Amino acid sequence: MFEFKLPDLGEGIHEGEILKWHVAEGDRIDEDAPLVDVETDKAAVTIPSPKRGTLVSRHGQIGAVVKTGEVIAVIDDAGERVATPPQRPAATSPVVAPSPEPAAISSGSRPPAAPATRRLARELGIDINLVPATGPGGRVTPEDVQRFAAGPAPEAQLAAAPAIDTPAQAERSATESHAAEAEYAAHAATAIPFLDIEPLPDFSQWGPVEIETLRSIRRKVAHKMVTSKVLIPHVAHMDEADVTLLEDFRIKERQRRAGGRGERLTLLAFVIKAITAGLKAAPAFNASLDPFKEQIIYKRYYNIGFAADTGRGLVVPVIREADRMSILSLSEKIASLADAARAGTLESADLRGGTFTITNVGPLGGTALIPAVNYPEVAILGMGRAQEKPVVRDGQIVIRKMLPLTLAFDHRVADGADAARFVTELVRMLSDPHALLLET
Amino acid sequence: MVMGTIRIEAQLAVIGAGPGGYVAAIRAADLGQEVVLIEERQELGGVCLIEGCIPSKALISAVEVANAAQAAKQFGLTFVAASFELDKLRSWTKSVVSGLTKGVRFLLEKRGVQIIRGRARFTGANSLDIDGSDVGGVDFQHCIIATGSRINELPTGYGLPVWTSADALNLPEVPESLVVIGGGYIGLELGLVYAGLGARVTVVEFHPHLLMGADHDLTEVVVRHSRNRLHNILVNSRVSRIERSGAGFVLTVEHEGKEQRLETAQVLAAVGRKPNTDGIGLDRAGVALDQHGKIKVDITGTTSAPSIYAIGDITPGPMLAHKASREAKVAAEVLAGHPAAFDNRAIPAVVFTDPEIAWAGITEREALEQKRPITVGRFPLRALGRARTLGRSDGLVKVISDPETKLVLGVGMVGPHVSELIAEGALALEMGATLEDLMVTIHPHPTLSEAIMEAAEAAAGAPVHTLTS
Repeated sequence: MFEFKLPDLGEGIHEGEILKWHVAEGDRIDEDAPLVDVETDKAAVTIPSPKRGTLVSRHGQIGAVVKTGEVIAVIDDAGERVATPPQRPAATSPVVAPSPEPAAISSGSRPPAAPATRRLARELGIDINLVPATGPGGRVTPEDVQRFAAGPAPEAQLAAAPAIDTPAQAERSATESHAAEAEYAAHAATAIPFLDIEPLPDFSQWGPVEIETLRSIRRKVAHKMVTSKVLIPHVAHMDEADVTLLEDFRIKERQRRAGGRGERLTLLAFVIKAITAGLKAAPAFNASLDPFKEQIIYKRYYNIGFAADTGRGLVVPVIREADRMSILSLSEKIASLADAARAGTLESADLRGGTFTITNVGPLGGTALIPAVNYPEVAILGMGRAQEKPVVRDGQIVIRKMLPLTLAFDHRVADGADAARFVTELVRMLSDPHALLLET
Repeated sequence: MVMGTIRIEAQLAVIGAGPGGYVAAIRAADLGQEVVLIEERQELGGVCLIEGCIPSKALISAVEVANAAQAAKQFGLTFVAASFELDKLRSWTKSVVSGLTKGVRFLLEKRGVQIIRGRARFTGANSLDIDGSDVGGVDFQHCIIATGSRINELPTGYGLPVWTSADALNLPEVPESLVVIGGGYIGLELGLVYAGLGARVTVVEFHPHLLMGADHDLTEVVVRHSRNRLHNILVNSRVSRIERSGAGFVLTVEHEGKEQRLETAQVLAAVGRKPNTDGIGLDRAGVALDQHGKIKVDITGTTSAPSIYAIGDITPGPMLAHKASREAKVAAEVLAGHPAAFDNRAIPAVVFTDPEIAWAGITEREALEQKRPITVGRFPLRALGRARTLGRSDGLVKVISDPETKLVLGVGMVGPHVSELIAEGALALEMGATLEDLMVTIHPHPTLSEAIMEAAEAAAGAPVHTLTS
């Protein structure tokens, strides 16, 4: 038996989330064949098997976080050095045979599970014989089935499910697609009326396609965004800040400071400063709502995240205690975090603990945007492109530099009036650099 | 109208209106299928309802009352000797049957199931012809075969007017003497009925024990009771010849190499049943049989022809109405697109002898054959208050469990009304119950059901009303 511990995955990485197992328990694996995909804060890596043998047990379901040095798999490599045709070792651990009953017994040939549980397994397209039991006497509970459904590689389950002694293979393709549909349905954690989650058509019938597996950052974003959009009743409030004076000041300062501190002074640094001031007056936007405990948690710290494009996807590095930093320090921190994000050298600590997020797509263009809240935060500020526009001042059309702002927020926690007050204050501070001065 | 000129189309054709077929038709209709039900007989309900479970239980009830009246002597209650008016008993039994068959028809018609009287024969995987009906055939998307089984003919009695179980249930007469060939549940039930009606009954069984499937400790109680009622029980015995002798018969019975002659007024052949899989064109539909002549099916009831399902006596497993009905629901649900499967852990068996026998799950004998370690907890009814007050304390309940996991693997019982008690055992098996589940469930006092709890306690080594040995 070989206990395989999660190897060191790189500097500063102490843990990873299990994305996918390539091998089922009891299956054979070759040395260097893909064993498990693990996602770190930086990327998804496929870890190969260090041994040839039989995978006795897997430690960690999909989504589980394992630490470097922890045993993630046990491989039976006994007898593997003998150069005979490979065969399954006789001595496999009990984990391999989850069926608690010997076969060929009238009542015992099927695992003990209530009829409703067995039906649930069929609905999910799972062979109940493969489900590890936690109930008394080795009884398979509905929770066991759900856990199994959410757990290991669905391909393995689907392949195993129709393994009934059937003389009607001809119709089995229909059953398999049935199982696939059941698999889809199983992913809808809650039953939402009118929500149809059906298998996609084969798009290649209409033209060439390329298929890429969803992983790493892209997958994480997908999880985050669906959670956000499903759980949070989003409302957006929009306004424009006249940043003419602020931008004049910023650009002048930046030129003056070229080659020194503040050479990368950005509008975002000013916005963060204004936001932390605003959040202190409007704590609802610096909170989280716990739907299970039915509590709103107001955070008395101001860690502002900003969306950064890495080229491989979106990450949100967090500036801790942003309210205690000067605009100059903020601009330096923004620059260093953005560089680290692009280089893929962000520490996991840099990505955690945010209380409010800002997304600034302005430099890339855009007159307005409606961002999605970075769950479980309550609000996110979207910055459009600051550009010169004709506006009316004292009955005159004048050219001013206008910054479009959108606050998207969780209406469970805050109301439209709160948002209006918050954004109006934000606009006032950004329109008048002197007002910001009072906050530094 | 010219017979057989019209062909109709249906989503589902069900062949046979027994407890498999009619249940399948009802469930499928309720799931939105357009159903045609084809039945050869005039009455619906199949063997079970017309010449099986139902009429036999009606007769058994009548005899039971007579026996109870006799047993009432122990209460100080005496009756003048009981006597049956055969015509009234016969017509009462028929009225029970006809009430139920009409009920089945009503249930089917109310659901819009089209009932066709005739004999179906496959012409392909999606079509069948019907003989004896104005509807010549059905083109179907799916078909459920539920043709059931028929009585095995007795090779030695071929051509002689010996009774089958169906004949005996018609109650043509009460012969002075009756030899029942076959000591299975049908032979024993009917033998005891005729004994109760006044016949001198001898049961001849080929095997060393009566009721071969059941454990000996259960059958032993029935045999003990039957010795007073039956004239004789011959086991390890084979009827090698049957001859006519005047109005009666002479049987040659071989027992341990010796031959013996039995004279009897009537003979009842109860030597099993065989599946009705012949003459219905299964080969033309592409439906394959196994080596026992039964239709091969998977756990959804699908045969080797994907459009055709089979349920009940024609499929592997015991020939029991409740098995057929469960399979019927599975097949109907599966073809309507639901994820059903016949994944039951126990098919209970019930024998309506006096006292009754019932079991579900593994038997002790099966465990022995499989060399499977088990723990058996027994509870004798003589230690049970309710059994005592019934004056019926002969019997027992046992719970068979896994020594390691304490899972209930089987339940067996013999005693009054155990046919009603076994359902709890079946539920325990289906739910994957452990001994503790049976032990902590409060069983009402004083009832016979307490025996199940007590037997579970005995298996766990903690009985209250018996002593651990």
